[in-house]
Amino acid sequence: MLNQNQLDAIDHAIETHLIAAGIDHVIYMEMSGNTIAKHDNGKTRLDSTAFAALAAGNFAAVDAMAKLVGESEFSLLFHKGEKLSIHFSKVSNDTLLVSMFNKDISLGIVRLKVAVAIKEIIQVLADPDIP
Amino acid sequence: MALINVKTKEVQIKIVYYGPGRGGKTTNLEYLNRTYREQIKTEMVSLKTHDDRTLFFDFLPFDVGQIKGFDVAIQLYTVPGQVKYNATRKLVLRGVDGIVFVADVQQSQRKKNIESLNQLYENLKTYKLDLFNIPLVMQYNKIDLNKTDIPTLSSQTLQKDLNGLLNVPAFEASALNGGNVIPTLKKIISITLASIQEHLF
Repeated sequence: MLNQNQLDAIDHAIETHLIAAGIDHVIYMEMSGNTIAKHDNGKTRLDSTAFAALAAGNFAAVDAMAKLVGESEFSLLFHKGEKLSIHFSKVSNDTLLVSMFNKDISLGIVRLKVAVAIKEIIQVLADPDIP
Repeated sequence: MALINVKTKEVQIKIVYYGPGRGGKTTNLEYLNRTYREQIKTEMVSLKTHDDRTLFFDFLPFDVGQIKGFDVAIQLYTVPGQVKYNATRKLVLRGVDGIVFVADVQQSQRKKNIESLNQLYENLKTYKLDLFNIPLVMQYNKIDLNKTDIPTLSSQTLQKDLNGLLNVPAFEASALNGGNVIPTLKKIISITLASIQEHLF
């Protein structure tokens, strides 16, 4: 179970690296479909509960497909839409970071920012005494 | 494992309805969705095949209010019952906290019930979970068929087949018209909450 400091640090990483960069919605979740943290820019609405359940299913299905073709995992997924795109990235064995962004921000920036946020989150997960 | 968020004071619990194909798992969730429509904030999600059978899962989130200062959100899932979909069943079981095993009382389904329960045992093992230790409720569904000519299994037979060793709470139910659907849900929620309570404090 994550403690208050860890949850604060995760929120901080998502807000400063992802929401501040212009990403619309970010969900940090368990592979089981439970959400650990959710953030948005306040401009659009999303049924994050159902979204997380489907995202977990989607990621799990692709993960199983990876194993069928002899890959240990496909650690990131990207779905491109007309106005909105979704980027999925595995953080740890049990958790996933999902970022939704509009066409004002490029996939390259999203990948860069997500990588930075994930690095921070991994540090937070490893250290329960993080200040 | 239930997600307990100390910051938002939320507990998220995953309950999976498991059982053989066409046993009434989705029908259970559909009845709950109709009955508690006002308390359910979102639409029920169903990933179905063209002929209306569950392809991946159904999903219904359900708020049960506050317990000891924590908002408790129950997430109900079903699995696809068809034999060929075991890979998907396994995926849905990830992180499960409580299980309702929906058995079909039709005599013709006796073997399928037992096979499905055995497979559940095996599937849980892949997540290092033990069927004998996880919160579990049995539901013997389609009891309304007793009023028809269709041959059904007696409760004693079902108890012996499925619950002889497990010895968990069991309900005779009729998911189609709602009989014992809610008591089944209340039971699995209460025993699942009891099992995670030690983590709450």
